[in-house]
This record gives sequence, C-alpha cells and structure tokens, in this order.
Amino acid sequence: MSGPARTPAEPATAPALEARELEVRFPAGRGRWARAVDGVSLAVRPGQVVALVGESGCGKSTLARALLGLQPVHAGQVLVDGAPLAASRAGLKAYRRRAQLVLQDPMGSLNPRMSVYESVAEGLRIHGVGDEERRVAEALGRVGLRPPERFFARYPHELSGGQRQRVVIAGALVLEPSILVADEPVSSLDASVRGEILALLLRLREELGLSLLVVTHDLGLAWNIADRIAVMYLGRIIEEGSTDEVLGEPKHPYTRALLSVVPEVGRLEPVVLTGEPPDPAAIPAGCRFHPRCPLLRSGLPDEVVTRCHGRALPVLPVQGPHRAACHATDRASADS
Amino acid sequence: MSVRDALPGPAEGGPATPPPTGAGAPDGPGAGPPSRRRLARARRSAARRRAWAQFRRSRSGMAGLLVLVGFGLVALLAPVLFPPETISVTDATGEPMAPPTAGFPLGTDESGRSILALVVWGARVSLVVGLAATLMSMLIGTVIGVMAGHFAGWFGVALNRFTDWFLVIPFLPLAIVLATVLGASLLNIIIVIGVTSWPGTARLVRAQTLAVSARPYLERARALGGGDWHQMSRHVLPNVMPLVLANTTLMVALAILSETTLSFLGLGDPLRPSWGGILDGAFTNGAMSVGAWWYVLPPGLCVVAVVLAFTLIGRTLETIVDPRRGVRA
Amino acid sequence: MTAPALEFRDLHLTYRTADGPIPAVRGVSLALPAGASLGIAGESGSGKSTLASTVLRLQPRSATVTGQVLVDGEDVLGMTFKRLRALRWAQASIVFQGALHGLNPIQRVGDQVAEPIALHEPSIGTDDVHRRVGELFEQVGLPPARAAAYPHQLSGGQRQRVMIAMALACRPRIIVADEPTTALDVMVQAQVLRVLTDLVAELGLTLVLISHDLSVLADTCQRAAVMYAGRVVEEGPSTAVFERGAHPYSRALAAAFPRVGDPRFRYAPAGLPGDPPFPGEVGEGCPFAPRCPHSRPDCTSGEVQLAAVGPGREAACRYPLLDDDEGLR
Repeated sequence: MSGPARTPAEPATAPALEARELEVRFPAGRGRWARAVDGVSLAVRPGQVVALVGESGCGKSTLARALLGLQPVHAGQVLVDGAPLAASRAGLKAYRRRAQLVLQDPMGSLNPRMSVYESVAEGLRIHGVGDEERRVAEALGRVGLRPPERFFARYPHELSGGQRQRVVIAGALVLEPSILVADEPVSSLDASVRGEILALLLRLREELGLSLLVVTHDLGLAWNIADRIAVMYLGRIIEEGSTDEVLGEPKHPYTRALLSVVPEVGRLEPVVLTGEPPDPAAIPAGCRFHPRCPLLRSGLPDEVVTRCHGRALPVLPVQGPHRAACHATDRASADS
Repeated sequence: MSVRDALPGPAEGGPATPPPTGAGAPDGPGAGPPSRRRLARARRSAARRRAWAQFRRSRSGMAGLLVLVGFGLVALLAPVLFPPETISVTDATGEPMAPPTAGFPLGTDESGRSILALVVWGARVSLVVGLAATLMSMLIGTVIGVMAGHFAGWFGVALNRFTDWFLVIPFLPLAIVLATVLGASLLNIIIVIGVTSWPGTARLVRAQTLAVSARPYLERARALGGGDWHQMSRHVLPNVMPLVLANTTLMVALAILSETTLSFLGLGDPLRPSWGGILDGAFTNGAMSVGAWWYVLPPGLCVVAVVLAFTLIGRTLETIVDPRRGVRA
Repeated sequence: MTAPALEFRDLHLTYRTADGPIPAVRGVSLALPAGASLGIAGESGSGKSTLASTVLRLQPRSATVTGQVLVDGEDVLGMTFKRLRALRWAQASIVFQGALHGLNPIQRVGDQVAEPIALHEPSIGTDDVHRRVGELFEQVGLPPARAAAYPHQLSGGQRQRVMIAMALACRPRIIVADEPTTALDVMVQAQVLRVLTDLVAELGLTLVLISHDLSVLADTCQRAAVMYAGRVVEEGPSTAVFERGAHPYSRALAAAFPRVGDPRFRYAPAGLPGDPPFPGEVGEGCPFAPRCPHSRPDCTSGEVQLAAVGPGREAACRYPLLDDDEGLR
C-alpha cells in the first residue's frame, strides 16, 4: 500500500471536477448575507485525491455541496469534465449518477428502516438501473463486506461504525461514479477503524480511477491520502499545492498555525491562534485573515501591513504550483 | 450550518445499545435471490413481533385492547343479538320509559324500545364513524403535513399557514355549519369530522417530517439523484408512519366524541341510533328530570369506555414507536 | 510515602441490561500521585468513560461495581452520601465531553459556575462568589463580562472553557477531563488543552485526561494508559506509549493519528481489520488477539496480565514489541 507519491503528471485533460470563482451566500438576517463560499476556484483531476482542509464554519462543507449541485450557487461555475454543470433537472440527475457523496455520520446517512440491501440499491432504483442484485453484491464486496449476501438483510443498527461507513460507500459505488466527494468520512469512526476506511478510499482510486475530494479538518488525514491540499479560511482557499509542499513548507501563516497545533508534529513551535473563525457575514477587508494573523502581529514592513489591511487578495489559480494568498509570504500573490 | 454539531459522541453505541441478535440469521452465499425478499419479510415480521411483545407488557394498553375487542364484537354481532325490528320505533314492544326489568335489562326509551338494543346498535355507528372519520383526517393530515414539512419554500409555508388557519377555527361552529349545509347523514357526519380534525395531525406530521428531513440520509438520497417524490415516499413517510398510527388511535377517541356531540346536537343521522343520538333522545324527552338514569348512563358510559380504550392503546403505541426511544416497530 | 491522590484497585464495573450483564470495566488498577497527569486512551466501548465516572461515583445505580476507587486514600465507592457530596466538586471534579449539553441553556453561564460554590461553601457572601466567578473566567481565558451570557451565545470553545471554570469552582485537587475537546476544531482544541494544562501546572492539580487520540495525551500528560475491552493493556510514560508502544494495540492506536510530515504515513493510512469487541462478547485469552497483526496461537487462551516491559512501563501482552520492532507498521 505504501509507495511514492502517485500524483498524476499534469495531464492535458480537463479536471474531473472544477469550481470557478464559486460563490454561495446565505441570508444572515437584517438584509446581510453570509458569504459561506466567497470566490473559490478548485479542481480535482481524474484519479486525483484532493483534500479540502479548514475549520468548521469555513465553508468547506458548503463548497462540497455546491460542487455536487446540492447547493444553489450565487455566482461562478461548476465544471464537470470541462463542461458547465447542467442546470436542468435531467442534467442534474445524470450528474448525480457520476458524482457521489459520502457523509460524516454513517449512522445518520442510512435510513434506520432500510436494510443494507435496500440502502445500497437505492441509487440503482432511482436511476432505473437493472441487474440490481449482482451490482449490490459487487459493490458490497468491493468495500470489503464479504460475503455480501450475509449483509443484505441486516439493518444499520446491527452493524459497527466501520461497517456502516462501508455500506454508505458501497451505496455510492453501486452507480459506478467517477467522482466521490467525502465530507469528513472518518471523523466519527473509532480510531482503529479510520485507517481501514482511508485505505479503502485509496484502493478505490487505484482500482476504479475515482477522483476524490475529501473535506476534512484533519491534516493527518490529508497527509495519509491526499495528492493535493487546498486550505480554506472564511470562504476562500488561502493556500493550495501538492500535499508534500503545503504540509512540508506551508506558506500561509494560517496553514502554519493549523499545522503547528497538530499534536506531535513537534518540529513547529505551537502557534495557537486566539479566537475562532470570524463571521462569514462580516468578512474583514484586505486579507481576510489579518485580524488573527500571527505574522502581522509579530511585525512586518509598513508597506506590507498597509496591504494586509487594505488590499484584497486575488483568487488563487487552479492546480498551479504551490501558492498562498498572503501579502507577506507569497510574492506572486502580492504582485498579481 | 455546520455538520459537525450533529456529530455523535464516541460514547454512542456504548453498552446501552447491544445489537439484537439477528432473528432469522442470513443464509450463506448459496441462498438464491428469493431468499433475500423472504428474509426481509421475516425481519419485518420479527420487528412486528417485538413491538407486539412490548405492547403485551403494557397493562393499560392490554386493558384498552380488551375493552375495544369487546365493543367490536358486540357491534359486529348486533343484528344477531337484537334483530333490527327491536330498535324500530313502530315495532317496539316495551312500555315507554320503563325502568330495567328482566325483559329489558336497561329499561326502555320513550317509544318502548330496549335501551340495551339501542346501545348495542349505537356501538356500530360510533365505531364506524370514529374509524372512518379518523382515516379521512389522517389521510388529509399526513399528505398536507409531509408536504408542508418537506417543501422548504413558499409552498411549504403556504400549506403551513393553511393548517394554522384551520387549526384556529373553533371546531363546533364549523362542524355545525358544515353538517347543516351537507344534511344529516352518516356519510356527512364522517366528512364533517374528517374535514375539521386533520390540522392537529398535519401539525404533528410536519414536525416529524422536519426532524426526518434534517437526517443525513435525506441528503444522501438527494445526492443519489432522488427527487421529492422519492424522498417523501421512501424516507419521510416510513419514518413518520409509526407516529401517525399511534396518533390514529388517539384520533379515533376524538372522532367518537365529536360524533356524540354532533348527534347530541341533533345533527346525526336520525334513522340510525348512535350513542350521541340516544343521549339526544334522553335529553329531549326529559329523562334526567324524570330520573330515567337507565336512559342516560349506558350510552354515556360506553362513550367514556371506548374513548378511554382508544386513548390507552394510543398512549402505549406512542411509547413503543416514539423515535426518541429508538425502537423500530 | 504519601498515598496516591487517585487510585483504582482491581476495579470491575458491570452494567445490568435487559440483554444480560455487560462488563464495561474488567479489572483496572492504576495509581496517580498528587500533581501528576495521566491520560487514558481507548476507543468507544473500551470502558474509559465508565472508569472516569467512578471517580465521583457517577455510574448508574444499575451498575455492579467491585474493587476500590481511592481519592486521597479514601474509598469513593464505600463512603456515605454526605461525604461523597463533599468530595464531589471540592476534592475532585469532572469536565465532561459535549459542552453544549453540559450547560443549562436557560441559565447564565456565570450563575452556573457560581452554583457549586454556593452549594459547597454557603458561608461565602454573594459578592465574594461573584468575585470568584470573575477570577475563574479570567483563569480559563474568558472575559469576566461573559459570565452574563447564555450558553447559546458562546462558541464551542468558550462553552468548554466555562465547563473547565465550573470544574475548578470549588478548588478541587483532582480534575477528570472526559474527552474535553472531542467536538472541537484543531485550533480550538489546542486553545482548550493549553488552558487546561496551564491551569493544572499552575495550581498543581492532579489531572486525568481521557481521549481517543493518543497523540493528544502524549502532548499533555506525563503518563498514559491504553484501554481495550475494559482493561488497561499498556501503561507507561506517555511519549513512550505513543512513540514506541509495547502493546500492538497501542501502536495501532498511535498510528491511527498519523504524524504529518512523516514519510511512513504518506499514502499509508494505518488501520486494524475488524472492530473493537462488543463489551460482553470478549472471549478467552488476549481480547485483542483476533485483530492483532502479531498474534500467535497461544494468545487466545489463558489470562494475559499486565507485566513490566521496561522501567515504569507495563503491557498486557505475551509478546510485547520492543523499541526496534518494525516501528509503526
């Protein structure tokens, strides 16, 4: 299972899934808007595992849902294999055969009144795919529930947490999708089971060539499975690059702080940011991180400080070299 | 907005929830396709058996059920026990307003009919009206409740307002007006009660639908491409139904009371004796002032007994299927 | 030699349920000197939270407990209720997981922190209680003005700080923190852990920290105990347990939370096949044997006891891993 980074060489083909300057807003009362996703460009190439990392409330789950067409988009575009996501009912339904969602809480994602067979077969029935029993058995076998027939008649409450999450993944795989979006796929599982599920996701990428977007707050998970990392803060991606680069040499002070508080990283002096992610209904001007930025507080040249306070940063380009949206640490960002 | 808030603590699934040992353990891989459906059926009937076993443990629920079965039998056997002519005003054989005797254990009414026969025949009307009106009210209430809960936009809001509007109309005036307009017949009584009593059910179903809609499996169904109909029929309804069924039994009690009220007010079908109708007769003939207790007490006590029985059963079912107790009936 | 501040002596705890007895803790002996910190790691069902609840005798009445829990040499399980009340809060207190449910939603948080003070030290005047609450809020890094807030007005991290302030209200000597950071984000988790460890160091408290994440324990505690299926399977200095666990389960648990930057974990999520055993379904021999990558035939028979595997380290394994054994994989 181990081996060198298998980042696919930058291919000429279009990304399997791409967001272009995407914006999602929610009414926040009194005529204000919470800009949950505030201009995000992100791409997942075919067969790539991308981790979208951030704290709760940063908009990462909203972004994932927008990418699946589950969340109305305010501005920007979602592209699938280079083509804009169809807005029509039929187009969306066809898309949902190809892109699947795996949620955090496997107990909640399964209808307690439906057996394993019914839950896995649900997608087939929705899309009117035949040969139901063979496909269900194959999907269950693929996620390691063998022999599949033994699990057909079970109900979710009779399964362990890890088995439930496998059933959820099988329910997604049964439609033979090309894209899988997993929102915190292991955070509610027992420690010793997490690794198995992550290994399963990696194996599915290997065997089926799935493109994976994993939404998580856990940098360790990203280190475990992701080719690329996008770090999200307050509705915007503030750093993007290959996992080795972003976690090896983080550029953005926020990424550095996040990395430093992961227990046992050891090599970094813990930078505990004060306060919690601010309100998406009141995004600060200039660099959106500046009120909490430890770098800014430790002293920067006046000219940079002015920019941090006053000049908004551009949306990071998609899948380019390792970049961070920071006036102080990334010259390219600052200049553009 | 955050999904993390819904995260169950790692202690969940602790010692308090042992997985039931699989009744009817799944067959090996050699089992053919039909066995899967058979197994699913076996599992469902096992779940029903578990619910029944739980019901049996409830003393009050069983008492209610016994009373109800008794009334049901009597109602079914009415033509055998008392041939139709015994309740006919013209064919009555007894003295008018006679106190209980051996021939008329509960005395007679102003036309000399046996009160016992009237009460037995009245059980038919009361139970039929109670069940039919409840069925109607449940149908309307469930459909409107599920839609009001499922559709988040203006449609859901409009349905909810509609429900509220019906909820605040005082029942009796509306029922009286409707009954007067439609005319006095058994079917009309059923319609009147059904049309006026659904808002409570709709409210309950809507609340339950909202709770179910927040569950991740609905988002999963949406992500799989399931439309509104799929979500409502495959996920919301099965999770709402048990509560609706429990509520039904409570509803029946209410419908029987309503029927009694309407009949007492003279809006019932004059050709069929119902408990309310008997009470109405007692009232108009001054049974109370002449001390004819046998005319008033039996129908009154029957109403109380049946309503109580349905309530006891309903409360018991409610505790069994209450989703908060995590029991899957 | 003084008595340990906290000691468990051969503690067994069995829950009685409708499906038979479920042993949650099966013979735990641990001792903790005053001012020391101990981390207890384990998965759901390992018995770690149950163990914590016994420190204040908070286990449900239906549980059967044998053995001893000694706080400053006094057995908590045998003491009178009056003595127990004095011990709760004032000598030892618990910070629970899930700060949202631990706080009363309709009471100001300041009043909730003041409540134990008023209960245990009724002689203190209202002004002094207020001053103490203000100090406590400052100690946990909250502006004292936030005492007037209601729980829903605080963020998850702030609520957890309030929980810590509440636990410290009566100046206990022992703090038991049961998954204090589970539902929190990494950054907020770091904030809360820092507050907790700073206070423990500053006030010289004895700390028991319970977590499913061994790396958190290695960062914050001196010693760590790993629990599996109701037993301690390894105990020793926390960094040694985390980095070079002698028990295969300790290694698996440590590897579940990969070290970012360590090439051994790149594209190599480490997990164990199978699931933790359900309490009550633990067979003979080493409970971990069915999932153990190193198990040998004799692991499934007899009792496996804790035995010394190095200075100050014990592990319940017949074939403990030595420091140079194939590292984490």
